[in-house]
Amino acid sequence: MNRINQLFERKKENILSIYFTAGYPGLNSTIDIAEALEKAGADFLEIGIPYSDPLADGPVIQNSSLKSIENGMTLKVLFEQLKDLRKRVSIPVLLMGYVNPILQYGVEKFCASCKEVGIDGLIAPDLPMYEYEELYINCFRGSNLSNVFLITPQTSEERIRKIDELTNGFIYLLSSSSTTGKDVSLSDVTENYFSRIKAMQLKNPTMIGFGISDNKSFSKATEYANGAIVGTAFVKLLGEDNYMERIPEFVSSLKGKQEFA
Amino acid sequence: MGLEDTMSYHVNERGYFGTFGGAYIPEMLYPNVEELREKYLVIMSDPKFQEEYQQLLRDYVGRPSPLYFAGRLSKKYGANIFLKREDLNHTGAHKINNTVGQILLAERLGKKRIIAETGAGQHGVATATVCALKGIECVVYMGAVDIERQAPNVARMKMMGATVIPATSGSQTLKDATNEALRDWINNPVDTHYIIGSVVGPHPYPDMVARFQAIISEETKWQLKEKTGKENPDYVMACVGGGSNAIGMFYHFLNDEDVKLIAVEAAGKGVDSGESAATTYLGTEGVLHGSRSIVMQTPDGQVIEPYSISAGLDYPGIGPQHAHLHTSKRALYVSVTDDEALNAGLELTRLEGIIPAIESAHAFAYLDKMKFKGDETVVVCLSGRGDKDLANYMNYFGF
Repeated sequence: MNRINQLFERKKENILSIYFTAGYPGLNSTIDIAEALEKAGADFLEIGIPYSDPLADGPVIQNSSLKSIENGMTLKVLFEQLKDLRKRVSIPVLLMGYVNPILQYGVEKFCASCKEVGIDGLIAPDLPMYEYEELYINCFRGSNLSNVFLITPQTSEERIRKIDELTNGFIYLLSSSSTTGKDVSLSDVTENYFSRIKAMQLKNPTMIGFGISDNKSFSKATEYANGAIVGTAFVKLLGEDNYMERIPEFVSSLKGKQEFA
Repeated sequence: MGLEDTMSYHVNERGYFGTFGGAYIPEMLYPNVEELREKYLVIMSDPKFQEEYQQLLRDYVGRPSPLYFAGRLSKKYGANIFLKREDLNHTGAHKINNTVGQILLAERLGKKRIIAETGAGQHGVATATVCALKGIECVVYMGAVDIERQAPNVARMKMMGATVIPATSGSQTLKDATNEALRDWINNPVDTHYIIGSVVGPHPYPDMVARFQAIISEETKWQLKEKTGKENPDYVMACVGGGSNAIGMFYHFLNDEDVKLIAVEAAGKGVDSGESAATTYLGTEGVLHGSRSIVMQTPDGQVIEPYSISAGLDYPGIGPQHAHLHTSKRALYVSVTDDEALNAGLELTRLEGIIPAIESAHAFAYLDKMKFKGDETVVVCLSGRGDKDLANYMNYFGF
């Protein structure tokens, strides 16, 4: 059991996860932001590994990724920074990134580094299921890492079952097939899809992502899943002035404890 | 491992060429790519599909394209040099062989909207053309830099009714146009077909595009026999960016080990100048645009912006089948610089009265580096005509 499994054991609803790109806006801002998010009440975190060609991302995350690379962020630098992670952050932390930088770092070395610094899981959108299953699953399990797969409204039931079988953390439900940061409204169609997934009674918890940017969309999403993930809206904040001071307000307005609107 | 099959130069049932290929795509693209994987061979082997495809290649594209004996060029280099005249196809390049095939496939998949990426604009034009032919909506992504340097092709696409969207990220060239096209496909998962223009992308694209371009070598085989009585040439040469004309030119010679295959990459300002697109020389194994191949990248796995004067070769990767042909040493991968290509373009023009695309001129530039024994037979793929490059030629030579 890693921190992700423990969290979902303990908490079944209204779980909030926040994504942000490592090394953005400043090379060394990664851990400060993680700590601030935990203090503000985020339940877990996804730290993005920057990549030059992030084809599933919209302009906001693309730009953060580009800036981070310009700042000098690499996986090697990131793992150096993350050596302090568990001194300051206790909530679950996943890395999220495209497969090429991980392949260049070396998958086995990647798993070992994750274990060493206390990373709990990986979301690699372009890592093929067959390659994970045939080549990397033992390495991940050996390092107590959850590998999280995405599903979309177009993913077949058979494939969802297979993903549920291979996953040991949570399943990432995309509210629609889109790149990140699109203005996705949670329409009737989307709700039918969420209901369909809910009725499948998967063994893994589910988190809804893409298009979650405020308390309204967060509340709606959490009706259908154990929680929801906010990415672009937070990365946008990181591009603005005084972002560190504004993190508590950002998180609590998402959760709806206080209304700042 | 289970991913290796080095016995063949063709794709295995899992979508790999040796260790290269596969489908490294986010889940949002999976249903579309999977649908294509399940159906492409079935559709392509349907006699009705073949009938329509062959008829369009004949009556619309103008195939077979001639195999032309280039007498003065042959004399200069001391070999019997034949040109496979893909420049004489409708729209002026080999790209249309693939777009005609894919538009028929898209129709059979029930798709209502076509997207494409383009570098030099030839693939964009070829896609806009078949969309006009079929009355299907067409959106072409093109790097903002390429829009600048290939203005005539942008105008042609617009005249055909296509929407041309500039890719403004990264180096604003082919790589970035491909990213934008893939993002479009993610956001339009139901009614859209993505016509990839080269032998790159997730499986089944590299194999599918190769099959549509294989007509180049299929015709060359019988044309050469007809003209010379020979079964095979000694050398087959083509330029390589992503590598679609080269795969088409090599395809039916892959298992004839007596035929030497030469693929010419764009060295830009020189392979070690920092401004180059010579992928096999500068690249390492990695994943780009959905397949495992050879990629120009930093040790950390960030893709390096390539450079070539030729927009069609300005790509930091190479098709996975090429990566396999390179590592298995079935084909020889070499490179020539901008200067060498431009001069070879002028030479072909002066010796044979044919202005080649700067892409194709790269293949011709390598002739000067070869040692021929005298009566050897060489086929060079003249993948496209040079009209689109006149500004570059004029600028360089000061005409």
